[in-house]
Amino acid sequence: MTSAAPAAPSSDSVERRAIADFVRQALAIAQVETRKILRDPTELLTRMVQPTLWLIVFGEVFTRTRAIPTGDLSYLEFMAPGVLAQSVLFSAIFYGIAIIWERDLGIVHKMLVSPAWRGALVFGKALSAGLRALAQAVIIVLLALVLGVHVRLEPASLAGLAIVVVLGGALFSTFSFVIACLVKTRERFMGIGQVLTMPLFFASNAIYPIALMPAWLQRVAQVNPLTYLVNALRQLMVHGGESSVGLPTDLAVLSIIFVALVLIASRLYPEIVR
Amino acid sequence: MMQSDVVTSALTRRFRSLVAVDHIDLTVEHGSIFGLLGPNGAGKSTTLKMLTTLLAPSSGSASIGGFDVVREPGAVRRRIGYVPQLLSADGGLTGYENLVLSAKLYGLPRRERQTRIADALSFMGLEPAADDLVSAYSGGMIRRLEVAQALLHRPLVLFLDEPTIGLDPIARRAVWERLRESRRQFATTILMTTHDMEEADDLCDTVAILHQGRVAVQGAPADLKRQVGPAATLDDVFVHFAGAAIAEGGSYRDIRSTRRTVKRLG
Repeated sequence: MTSAAPAAPSSDSVERRAIADFVRQALAIAQVETRKILRDPTELLTRMVQPTLWLIVFGEVFTRTRAIPTGDLSYLEFMAPGVLAQSVLFSAIFYGIAIIWERDLGIVHKMLVSPAWRGALVFGKALSAGLRALAQAVIIVLLALVLGVHVRLEPASLAGLAIVVVLGGALFSTFSFVIACLVKTRERFMGIGQVLTMPLFFASNAIYPIALMPAWLQRVAQVNPLTYLVNALRQLMVHGGESSVGLPTDLAVLSIIFVALVLIASRLYPEIVR
Repeated sequence: MMQSDVVTSALTRRFRSLVAVDHIDLTVEHGSIFGLLGPNGAGKSTTLKMLTTLLAPSSGSASIGGFDVVREPGAVRRRIGYVPQLLSADGGLTGYENLVLSAKLYGLPRRERQTRIADALSFMGLEPAADDLVSAYSGGMIRRLEVAQALLHRPLVLFLDEPTIGLDPIARRAVWERLRESRRQFATTILMTTHDMEEADDLCDTVAILHQGRVAVQGAPADLKRQVGPAATLDDVFVHFAGAAIAEGGSYRDIRSTRRTVKRLG
Protein backbone atom coordinates (compact mmCIF):
# COMPACT_ATOMS: atom_id res chain seq x y z
CA MET A 1 0.00 0.00 0.00
CA THR A 2 2.91 2.33 0.70
CA SER A 3 4.76 1.72 -2.57
CA ALA A 4 6.65 4.86 -3.61
CA ALA A 5 5.04 5.36 -7.00
CA PRO A 6 6.25 8.44 -8.87
CA ALA A 7 2.72 9.86 -8.85
CA ALA A 8 2.41 9.45 -5.07
CA PRO A 9 0.84 12.57 -3.57
CA SER A 10 3.12 14.75 -1.47
CA SER A 11 2.77 14.42 2.29
CA ASP A 12 1.54 17.99 2.31
CA SER A 13 -1.51 17.23 0.18
CA VAL A 14 -2.15 14.02 2.10
CA GLU A 15 -2.26 16.10 5.24
CA ARG A 16 -4.60 18.66 3.73
CA ARG A 17 -6.83 15.85 2.53
CA ALA A 18 -6.89 14.37 6.03
CA ILE A 19 -7.85 17.69 7.59
CA ALA A 20 -10.61 18.17 5.00
CA ASP A 21 -11.94 14.68 5.78
CA PHE A 22 -11.83 15.36 9.51
CA VAL A 23 -13.77 18.62 9.17
CA ARG A 24 -16.35 17.13 6.79
CA GLN A 25 -16.98 14.15 9.06
CA ALA A 26 -17.21 16.27 12.22
CA LEU A 27 -19.63 18.69 10.56
CA ALA A 28 -21.74 15.81 9.23
CA ILE A 29 -22.19 14.53 12.80
CA ALA A 30 -22.86 18.00 14.22
CA GLN A 31 -25.38 18.69 11.47
CA VAL A 32 -27.53 15.61 12.08
CA GLU A 33 -27.44 16.12 15.85
CA THR A 34 -28.49 19.75 15.47
CA ARG A 35 -31.27 18.79 13.11
CA LYS A 36 -32.59 16.31 15.66
CA ILE A 37 -32.60 18.96 18.41
CA LEU A 38 -34.49 21.38 16.20
CA ARG A 39 -37.02 18.71 15.27
CA ASP A 40 -37.79 17.98 18.89
CA PRO A 41 -37.03 21.05 21.00
CA THR A 42 -39.01 19.78 24.02
CA GLU A 43 -35.79 19.01 25.84
CA LEU A 44 -34.47 22.52 25.27
CA LEU A 45 -37.66 23.99 26.72
CA THR A 46 -37.84 21.79 29.81
CA ARG A 47 -34.22 22.53 30.51
CA MET A 48 -35.08 26.23 30.73
CA VAL A 49 -37.11 25.78 33.90
CA GLN A 50 -34.16 25.38 36.23
CA PRO A 51 -32.07 28.40 35.16
CA THR A 52 -35.20 30.53 35.15
CA LEU A 53 -35.89 29.60 38.76
CA TRP A 54 -32.29 30.27 39.75
CA LEU A 55 -32.36 33.73 38.20
CA ILE A 56 -35.83 34.80 39.28
CA VAL A 57 -36.05 33.23 42.74
CA PHE A 58 -32.52 32.75 44.04
CA GLY A 59 -31.07 35.76 42.18
CA GLU A 60 -33.78 38.22 43.18
CA VAL A 61 -33.79 37.16 46.84
CA PHE A 62 -30.03 37.33 47.27
CA THR A 63 -29.89 40.67 45.44
CA ARG A 64 -32.21 42.02 48.13
CA THR A 65 -30.37 40.53 51.10
CA ARG A 66 -26.95 41.74 49.87
CA ALA A 67 -25.48 38.78 51.78
CA ILE A 68 -22.79 38.09 49.22
CA PRO A 69 -20.30 40.85 48.40
CA THR A 70 -20.05 41.15 44.63
CA GLY A 71 -18.30 44.49 44.19
CA ASP A 72 -19.82 46.92 41.74
CA LEU A 73 -22.19 44.34 40.31
CA SER A 74 -25.60 43.61 41.76
CA TYR A 75 -25.85 40.00 42.95
CA LEU A 76 -28.15 39.19 40.03
CA GLU A 77 -25.56 40.54 37.61
CA PHE A 78 -22.86 38.55 39.33
CA MET A 79 -24.76 35.27 39.24
CA ALA A 80 -26.40 35.53 35.80
CA PRO A 81 -23.23 34.30 33.99
CA GLY A 82 -22.94 31.64 36.71
CA VAL A 83 -26.44 30.39 35.94
CA LEU A 84 -25.59 30.39 32.24
CA ALA A 85 -22.50 28.29 33.00
CA GLN A 86 -24.60 25.99 35.16
CA SER A 87 -27.08 25.36 32.37
CA VAL A 88 -24.19 24.67 29.98
CA LEU A 89 -22.78 22.18 32.49
CA PHE A 90 -26.08 20.46 33.30
CA SER A 91 -27.14 20.05 29.68
CA ALA A 92 -23.75 18.63 28.69
CA ILE A 93 -22.86 16.42 31.64
CA PHE A 94 -25.45 13.74 30.84
CA TYR A 95 -24.52 13.64 27.17
CA GLY A 96 -22.70 10.35 27.69
CA ILE A 97 -25.98 8.55 28.27
CA ALA A 98 -26.66 9.00 24.55
CA ILE A 99 -23.36 7.27 23.76
CA ILE A 100 -24.32 4.29 25.93
CA TRP A 101 -27.72 4.20 24.25
CA GLU A 102 -26.05 4.25 20.83
CA ARG A 103 -23.72 1.47 21.92
CA ASP A 104 -26.66 -0.68 22.98
CA LEU A 105 -28.33 -0.19 19.59
CA GLY A 106 -25.20 -0.96 17.58
CA ILE A 107 -24.93 2.60 16.25
CA VAL A 108 -21.47 3.03 17.76
CA HIS A 109 -20.38 -0.22 16.14
CA LYS A 110 -21.62 1.05 12.80
CA MET A 111 -19.80 4.38 13.23
CA LEU A 112 -16.54 2.73 14.25
CA VAL A 113 -16.60 0.35 11.29
CA SER A 114 -16.66 3.37 8.96
CA PRO A 115 -13.34 4.85 7.87
CA ALA A 116 -14.21 8.14 9.60
CA TRP A 117 -11.66 9.55 12.04
CA ARG A 118 -12.55 8.65 15.62
CA GLY A 119 -11.54 12.15 16.63
CA ALA A 120 -13.94 13.61 14.05
CA LEU A 121 -16.83 11.56 15.44
CA VAL A 122 -16.04 12.75 18.97
CA PHE A 123 -15.47 16.34 17.88
CA GLY A 124 -18.72 16.39 15.90
CA LYS A 125 -20.69 15.20 18.91
CA ALA A 126 -18.97 17.79 21.10
CA LEU A 127 -19.81 20.52 18.62
CA SER A 128 -23.48 19.57 18.58
CA ALA A 129 -23.60 19.58 22.38
CA GLY A 130 -22.03 23.04 22.22
CA LEU A 131 -24.71 24.23 19.81
CA ARG A 132 -27.40 22.85 22.08
CA ALA A 133 -25.89 24.86 24.94
CA LEU A 134 -25.90 27.92 22.69
CA ALA A 135 -29.64 27.59 22.08
CA GLN A 136 -30.18 27.69 25.85
CA ALA A 137 -27.78 30.60 26.24
CA VAL A 138 -29.89 32.74 23.92
CA ILE A 139 -32.90 32.32 26.18
CA ILE A 140 -30.94 32.90 29.40
CA VAL A 141 -29.36 36.08 28.05
CA LEU A 142 -32.77 37.39 27.00
CA LEU A 143 -34.17 36.55 30.42
CA ALA A 144 -31.25 38.35 32.10
CA LEU A 145 -31.96 41.42 29.95
CA VAL A 146 -35.60 41.38 31.03
CA LEU A 147 -34.54 41.17 34.68
CA GLY A 148 -32.43 44.31 34.25
CA VAL A 149 -28.93 42.81 33.99
CA HIS A 150 -26.61 45.15 32.05
CA VAL A 151 -25.81 42.65 29.31
CA ARG A 152 -23.01 43.62 26.95
CA LEU A 153 -24.64 43.88 23.56
CA GLU A 154 -21.64 44.84 21.40
CA PRO A 155 -21.37 42.36 18.50
CA ALA A 156 -17.81 41.41 19.47
CA SER A 157 -18.68 40.45 23.04
CA LEU A 158 -21.83 38.61 21.94
CA ALA A 159 -19.75 36.65 19.43
CA GLY A 160 -17.19 35.94 22.15
CA LEU A 161 -19.97 34.82 24.47
CA ALA A 162 -21.35 32.46 21.83
CA ILE A 163 -17.92 30.92 21.26
CA VAL A 164 -17.29 30.39 24.97
CA VAL A 165 -20.74 28.82 25.46
CA VAL A 166 -20.10 26.38 22.59
CA LEU A 167 -16.63 25.62 23.95
CA GLY A 168 -18.06 25.01 27.44
CA GLY A 169 -20.80 22.70 26.16
CA ALA A 170 -18.29 20.84 24.02
CA LEU A 171 -15.88 20.45 26.94
CA PHE A 172 -18.35 19.08 29.47
CA SER A 173 -20.10 16.82 26.95
CA THR A 174 -16.74 15.30 26.01
CA PHE A 175 -15.97 14.83 29.70
CA SER A 176 -19.29 12.99 29.92
CA PHE A 177 -18.36 10.97 26.81
CA VAL A 178 -15.14 9.82 28.50
CA ILE A 179 -17.04 8.73 31.61
CA ALA A 180 -19.55 6.82 29.45
CA CYS A 181 -16.72 4.95 27.72
CA LEU A 182 -15.30 3.99 31.11
CA VAL A 183 -18.45 2.91 32.95
CA LYS A 184 -20.35 1.51 29.92
CA THR A 185 -23.73 1.00 31.61
CA ARG A 186 -26.58 3.44 32.04
CA GLU A 187 -27.11 2.74 35.73
CA ARG A 188 -23.50 3.39 36.71
CA PHE A 189 -23.37 6.42 34.46
CA MET A 190 -26.42 8.06 36.04
CA GLY A 191 -24.93 7.53 39.49
CA ILE A 192 -21.64 9.14 38.54
CA GLY A 193 -23.33 12.00 36.70
CA GLN A 194 -25.34 12.89 39.79
CA VAL A 195 -22.25 12.72 41.98
CA LEU A 196 -20.25 15.03 39.71
CA THR A 197 -22.58 17.89 38.87
CA MET A 198 -23.21 19.40 42.28
CA PRO A 199 -19.55 19.47 43.44
CA LEU A 200 -18.51 20.98 40.10
CA PHE A 201 -21.16 23.65 40.52
CA PHE A 202 -20.64 24.53 44.17
CA ALA A 203 -16.84 24.35 44.01
CA SER A 204 -16.84 27.11 41.41
CA ASN A 205 -17.33 30.84 41.34
CA ALA A 206 -20.77 30.51 39.71
CA ILE A 207 -22.91 31.90 42.54
CA TYR A 208 -20.33 33.31 44.99
CA PRO A 209 -16.81 34.73 44.61
CA ILE A 210 -13.89 32.41 45.25
CA ALA A 211 -12.59 34.82 47.90
CA LEU A 212 -15.48 33.80 50.18
CA MET A 213 -14.51 30.14 50.17
CA PRO A 214 -12.40 28.35 52.80
CA ALA A 215 -8.83 27.82 51.61
CA TRP A 216 -9.23 24.13 50.70
CA LEU A 217 -12.29 24.85 48.59
CA GLN A 218 -10.49 27.71 46.85
CA ARG A 219 -7.87 25.23 45.73
CA VAL A 220 -10.55 22.92 44.35
CA ALA A 221 -12.21 25.84 42.58
CA GLN A 222 -8.91 26.76 40.95
CA VAL A 223 -8.67 23.39 39.20
CA ASN A 224 -12.37 23.25 38.36
CA PRO A 225 -12.91 23.92 34.64
CA LEU A 226 -16.31 25.41 35.45
CA THR A 227 -14.57 28.29 37.26
CA TYR A 228 -12.80 29.26 34.03
CA LEU A 229 -16.02 29.00 32.08
CA VAL A 230 -17.82 31.25 34.58
CA ASN A 231 -14.90 33.69 34.48
CA ALA A 232 -14.98 34.03 30.73
CA LEU A 233 -18.77 34.29 30.61
CA ARG A 234 -18.79 36.92 33.36
CA GLN A 235 -16.37 39.14 31.48
CA LEU A 236 -18.11 38.70 28.12
CA MET A 237 -21.72 38.87 29.26
CA VAL A 238 -22.02 41.64 31.85
CA HIS A 239 -20.93 45.29 31.82
CA GLY A 240 -18.37 45.64 34.59
CA GLY A 241 -17.98 41.87 34.90
CA GLU A 242 -14.39 40.72 35.20
CA SER A 243 -12.59 37.42 34.94
CA SER A 244 -10.48 36.84 38.04
CA VAL A 245 -7.55 35.48 35.98
CA GLY A 246 -8.03 37.31 32.68
CA LEU A 247 -9.95 36.19 29.59
CA PRO A 248 -6.90 34.84 27.68
CA THR A 249 -6.04 32.50 30.56
CA ASP A 250 -9.65 31.28 30.76
CA LEU A 251 -9.77 30.57 27.04
CA ALA A 252 -6.40 28.84 27.09
CA VAL A 253 -7.38 26.61 30.03
CA LEU A 254 -10.75 25.67 28.50
CA SER A 255 -9.24 24.97 25.07
CA ILE A 256 -6.42 22.82 26.42
CA ILE A 257 -8.78 20.76 28.59
CA PHE A 258 -11.16 20.33 25.66
CA VAL A 259 -8.46 19.13 23.26
CA ALA A 260 -7.10 16.75 25.89
CA LEU A 261 -10.58 15.33 26.48
CA VAL A 262 -11.18 14.87 22.74
CA LEU A 263 -7.91 12.95 22.48
CA ILE A 264 -8.80 10.75 25.45
CA ALA A 265 -12.35 10.16 24.19
CA SER A 266 -11.11 9.23 20.71
CA ARG A 267 -8.84 6.68 22.33
CA LEU A 268 -11.57 5.22 24.54
CA TYR A 269 -14.42 5.28 21.99
CA PRO A 270 -13.61 1.87 20.43
CA GLU A 271 -13.42 0.33 23.92
CA ILE A 272 -17.12 0.81 24.46
CA VAL A 273 -18.08 -1.89 21.92
CA ARG A 274 -15.77 -4.56 23.33
CA MET B 1 -7.74 -17.41 -10.34
CA MET B 2 -10.37 -17.37 -7.63
CA GLN B 3 -10.04 -14.38 -5.34
CA SER B 4 -10.73 -14.82 -1.62
CA ASP B 5 -12.09 -11.67 -0.03
CA VAL B 6 -12.03 -12.89 3.56
CA VAL B 7 -9.29 -15.15 4.86
CA THR B 8 -8.68 -16.09 8.46
CA SER B 9 -5.88 -18.23 9.76
CA ALA B 10 -6.04 -19.80 13.21
CA LEU B 11 -8.03 -16.75 14.30
CA THR B 12 -8.41 -16.84 18.07
CA ARG B 13 -9.87 -14.59 20.73
CA ARG B 14 -9.76 -15.18 24.44
CA PHE B 15 -11.58 -13.29 27.16
CA ARG B 16 -9.61 -14.12 30.29
CA SER B 17 -10.06 -17.89 30.65
CA LEU B 18 -12.85 -18.17 28.05
CA VAL B 19 -11.81 -18.99 24.49
CA ALA B 20 -14.61 -17.35 22.50
CA VAL B 21 -13.07 -18.03 19.09
CA ASP B 22 -10.67 -20.94 18.83
CA HIS B 23 -8.31 -21.25 15.84
CA ILE B 24 -10.81 -20.56 13.10
CA ASP B 25 -9.78 -20.94 9.44
CA LEU B 26 -12.26 -19.43 7.01
CA THR B 27 -12.06 -18.56 3.34
CA VAL B 28 -14.82 -16.59 1.65
CA GLU B 29 -14.67 -16.44 -2.15
CA HIS B 30 -15.32 -13.23 -4.03
CA GLY B 31 -19.01 -12.66 -4.75
CA SER B 32 -20.24 -15.48 -2.57
CA ILE B 33 -22.69 -15.43 0.33
CA PHE B 34 -21.19 -17.02 3.40
CA GLY B 35 -23.14 -17.89 6.52
CA LEU B 36 -21.63 -18.17 9.96
CA LEU B 37 -24.02 -20.42 11.88
CA GLY B 38 -24.23 -21.42 15.47
CA PRO B 39 -26.17 -21.08 18.68
CA ASN B 40 -25.80 -18.05 20.94
CA GLY B 41 -22.35 -17.92 22.43
CA ALA B 42 -20.72 -19.96 19.66
CA GLY B 43 -18.36 -17.10 18.78
CA LYS B 44 -20.18 -15.58 15.79
CA SER B 45 -20.29 -12.02 17.09
CA THR B 46 -16.72 -12.11 18.34
CA THR B 47 -15.55 -13.32 14.93
CA LEU B 48 -17.51 -10.53 13.25
CA LYS B 49 -15.98 -7.92 15.56
CA MET B 50 -12.48 -9.11 14.71
CA LEU B 51 -13.19 -9.14 10.96
CA THR B 52 -14.60 -5.60 11.14
CA THR B 53 -11.49 -4.30 12.99
CA LEU B 54 -13.27 -3.60 16.27
CA LEU B 55 -11.61 -6.30 18.32
CA ALA B 56 -7.99 -7.41 18.09
CA PRO B 57 -7.42 -11.17 17.80
CA SER B 58 -5.53 -12.80 20.68
CA SER B 59 -3.63 -14.82 18.09
CA GLY B 60 -3.91 -15.83 14.46
CA SER B 61 -4.76 -13.43 11.67
CA ALA B 62 -7.52 -12.23 9.38
CA SER B 63 -7.52 -10.22 6.19
CA ILE B 64 -10.13 -8.55 4.02
CA GLY B 65 -9.31 -8.10 0.33
CA GLY B 66 -5.69 -8.86 1.21
CA PHE B 67 -5.48 -6.22 3.97
CA ASP B 68 -4.70 -7.34 7.47
CA VAL B 69 -7.38 -6.33 9.99
CA VAL B 70 -4.82 -5.42 12.65
CA ARG B 71 -2.04 -3.80 10.62
CA GLU B 72 -4.21 -1.99 8.04
CA PRO B 73 -7.55 -1.27 9.72
CA GLY B 74 -8.09 1.90 7.65
CA ALA B 75 -7.80 0.03 4.36
CA VAL B 76 -10.11 -2.69 5.69
CA ARG B 77 -12.75 -0.19 6.85
CA ARG B 78 -12.89 1.45 3.43
CA ARG B 79 -13.64 -1.94 1.89
CA ILE B 80 -16.36 -3.21 4.19
CA GLY B 81 -19.97 -2.42 5.03
CA TYR B 82 -21.63 -3.43 8.27
CA VAL B 83 -25.24 -3.94 9.35
CA PRO B 84 -25.60 -4.48 13.10
CA GLN B 85 -28.05 -6.92 14.62
CA LEU B 86 -30.37 -4.38 16.22
CA LEU B 87 -32.24 -1.88 14.11
CA SER B 88 -29.91 1.06 14.34
CA ALA B 89 -30.77 3.58 11.63
CA ASP B 90 -31.36 6.96 13.26
CA GLY B 91 -35.08 7.30 14.00
CA GLY B 92 -34.78 11.06 14.43
CA LEU B 93 -33.66 11.48 10.83
CA THR B 94 -35.32 10.71 7.51
CA GLY B 95 -34.19 7.79 5.39
CA TYR B 96 -32.55 10.23 3.01
CA GLU B 97 -30.68 11.99 5.82
CA ASN B 98 -29.41 8.67 7.17
CA LEU B 99 -27.96 7.93 3.74
CA VAL B 100 -26.37 11.39 3.48
CA LEU B 101 -24.65 10.81 6.81
CA SER B 102 -23.21 7.49 5.63
CA ALA B 103 -22.11 9.07 2.35
CA LYS B 104 -20.23 11.79 4.23
CA LEU B 105 -18.61 9.46 6.74
CA TYR B 106 -17.43 7.24 3.89
CA GLY B 107 -16.14 10.23 1.95
CA LEU B 108 -18.21 9.79 -1.22
CA PRO B 109 -17.47 12.70 -3.55
CA ARG B 110 -20.22 15.33 -3.50
CA ARG B 111 -20.95 14.85 -7.22
CA GLU B 112 -21.64 11.15 -6.81
CA ARG B 113 -23.55 11.47 -3.55
CA GLN B 114 -26.95 12.39 -4.97
CA THR B 115 -26.97 9.74 -7.69
CA ARG B 116 -25.76 7.03 -5.33
CA ILE B 117 -28.39 7.91 -2.74
CA ALA B 118 -31.17 8.05 -5.33
CA ASP B 119 -30.03 4.68 -6.72
CA ALA B 120 -29.88 3.17 -3.24
CA LEU B 121 -33.37 4.39 -2.37
CA SER B 122 -34.89 2.98 -5.54
CA PHE B 123 -32.88 -0.25 -5.26
CA MET B 124 -34.30 -0.82 -1.77
CA GLY B 125 -37.82 0.28 -2.72
CA LEU B 126 -37.67 3.16 -0.25
CA GLU B 127 -38.22 6.08 -2.61
CA PRO B 128 -41.74 6.93 -1.41
CA ALA B 129 -40.56 6.97 2.22
CA ALA B 130 -37.27 8.79 1.63
CA ASP B 131 -38.40 11.97 3.38
CA ASP B 132 -40.26 10.30 6.24
CA LEU B 133 -38.66 10.00 9.66
CA VAL B 134 -37.20 6.53 10.15
CA SER B 135 -39.11 6.26 13.44
CA ALA B 136 -42.22 5.82 11.25
CA TYR B 137 -40.65 2.96 9.23
CA SER B 138 -41.51 -0.71 9.69
CA GLY B 139 -38.77 -3.10 10.84
CA GLY B 140 -38.31 -4.41 7.30
CA MET B 141 -37.97 -0.91 5.87
CA ILE B 142 -35.38 0.04 8.49
CA ARG B 143 -33.40 -3.09 7.70
CA ARG B 144 -33.46 -2.34 3.97
CA LEU B 145 -32.38 1.24 4.70
CA GLU B 146 -29.47 -0.08 6.76
CA VAL B 147 -28.41 -2.40 3.98
CA ALA B 148 -28.60 0.57 1.60
CA GLN B 149 -26.40 2.60 3.99
CA ALA B 150 -23.89 -0.21 4.23
CA LEU B 151 -23.75 -0.67 0.43
CA LEU B 152 -23.53 3.03 -0.46
CA HIS B 153 -19.75 3.04 -0.81
CA ARG B 154 -19.83 -0.25 -2.78
CA PRO B 155 -17.92 -2.33 -0.25
CA LEU B 156 -15.97 -5.39 -1.25
CA VAL B 157 -17.45 -7.31 1.67
CA LEU B 158 -20.77 -6.69 3.40
CA PHE B 159 -21.06 -7.98 6.97
CA LEU B 160 -24.49 -8.60 8.45
CA ASP B 161 -25.18 -9.69 12.01
CA GLU B 162 -28.44 -11.69 12.13
CA PRO B 163 -29.91 -9.62 9.27
CA THR B 164 -33.54 -10.67 9.58
CA ILE B 165 -33.97 -11.40 13.28
CA GLY B 166 -37.33 -10.12 14.47
CA LEU B 167 -38.70 -9.43 10.98
CA ASP B 168 -41.93 -10.92 9.67
CA PRO B 169 -41.67 -13.55 6.88
CA ILE B 170 -42.51 -11.12 4.07
CA ALA B 171 -40.00 -8.52 5.25
CA ARG B 172 -37.39 -11.27 5.62
CA ARG B 173 -37.86 -12.44 2.06
CA ALA B 174 -37.61 -8.86 0.81
CA VAL B 175 -34.28 -8.42 2.60
CA TRP B 176 -32.96 -11.76 1.24
CA GLU B 177 -33.99 -10.83 -2.25
CA ARG B 178 -32.23 -7.43 -2.01
CA LEU B 179 -29.07 -9.10 -0.70
CA ARG B 180 -29.04 -11.56 -3.61
CA GLU B 181 -29.66 -8.72 -6.04
CA SER B 182 -26.78 -6.64 -4.65
CA ARG B 183 -24.49 -9.63 -5.02
CA ARG B 184 -25.68 -10.02 -8.62
CA GLN B 185 -25.28 -6.32 -9.51
CA PHE B 186 -22.13 -5.38 -7.63
CA ALA B 187 -20.52 -8.78 -6.99
CA THR B 188 -20.63 -7.92 -3.28
CA THR B 189 -19.21 -10.64 -1.07
CA ILE B 190 -21.54 -11.19 1.85
CA LEU B 191 -20.67 -12.64 5.22
CA MET B 192 -23.54 -13.00 7.64
CA THR B 193 -24.13 -14.55 11.00
CA THR B 194 -27.42 -16.27 11.63
CA HIS B 195 -28.97 -18.94 13.75
CA ASP B 196 -31.89 -19.18 11.39
CA MET B 197 -31.47 -22.38 9.37
CA GLU B 198 -34.05 -21.40 6.78
CA GLU B 199 -32.15 -18.19 6.12
CA ALA B 200 -28.87 -20.03 5.77
CA ASP B 201 -30.41 -22.62 3.46
CA ASP B 202 -32.15 -20.07 1.28
CA LEU B 203 -29.37 -17.53 0.96
CA CYS B 204 -25.91 -18.95 1.57
CA ASP B 205 -23.56 -20.59 -0.94
CA THR B 206 -21.37 -21.80 1.90
CA VAL B 207 -21.95 -22.12 5.61
CA ALA B 208 -19.63 -22.74 8.51
CA ILE B 209 -21.16 -24.12 11.67
CA LEU B 210 -19.50 -22.76 14.77
CA HIS B 211 -19.69 -24.62 18.01
CA GLN B 212 -17.95 -23.49 21.18
CA GLY B 213 -15.61 -21.25 19.24
CA ARG B 214 -14.55 -23.83 16.66
CA VAL B 215 -15.66 -24.60 13.13
CA ALA B 216 -17.57 -27.88 13.44
CA VAL B 217 -18.10 -28.20 9.70
CA GLN B 218 -17.95 -26.06 6.57
CA GLY B 219 -19.46 -26.48 3.10
CA ALA B 220 -22.38 -25.86 0.77
CA PRO B 221 -25.74 -26.41 2.50
CA ALA B 222 -26.77 -29.05 -0.05
CA ASP B 223 -23.53 -31.02 0.37
CA LEU B 224 -23.76 -30.93 4.13
CA LYS B 225 -27.34 -32.17 4.05
CA ARG B 226 -26.38 -34.98 1.68
CA GLN B 227 -23.63 -36.09 4.05
CA VAL B 228 -26.09 -36.43 6.90
CA GLY B 229 -28.90 -38.27 5.14
CA PRO B 230 -31.35 -38.29 2.24
CA ALA B 231 -34.05 -36.14 3.84
CA ALA B 232 -31.83 -34.13 6.19
CA THR B 233 -32.49 -30.46 6.91
CA LEU B 234 -29.86 -27.94 7.90
CA ASP B 235 -31.11 -28.35 11.47
CA ASP B 236 -30.20 -32.03 11.27
CA VAL B 237 -26.81 -31.05 9.88
CA PHE B 238 -26.24 -28.87 12.87
CA VAL B 239 -27.22 -31.54 15.36
CA HIS B 240 -25.06 -34.06 13.51
CA PHE B 241 -21.87 -31.97 13.42
CA ALA B 242 -22.12 -29.91 16.56
CA GLY B 243 -23.81 -32.50 18.70
CA ALA B 244 -26.37 -29.99 19.94
CA ALA B 245 -29.58 -28.41 18.80
CA ILE B 246 -29.34 -24.90 17.44
CA ALA B 247 -31.92 -23.54 19.85
CA GLU B 248 -29.93 -24.57 22.90
CA GLY B 249 -27.45 -22.54 24.84
CA GLY B 250 -27.28 -18.80 25.18
CA SER B 251 -25.92 -16.59 27.88
CA TYR B 252 -27.34 -13.81 30.01
CA ARG B 253 -25.94 -11.23 27.62
CA ASP B 254 -27.65 -12.80 24.61
CA ILE B 255 -30.96 -12.95 26.38
CA ARG B 256 -30.62 -9.29 27.27
CA SER B 257 -29.91 -8.22 23.71
CA THR B 258 -32.74 -10.35 22.34
CA ARG B 259 -35.07 -8.78 24.83
CA ARG B 260 -33.93 -5.32 23.75
CA THR B 261 -34.65 -6.20 20.15
CA VAL B 262 -38.07 -7.47 21.02
CA LYS B 263 -38.83 -4.34 23.02
CA ARG B 264 -37.63 -2.07 20.26
CA LEU B 265 -39.62 -3.85 17.62
CA GLY B 266 -42.70 -3.71 19.84
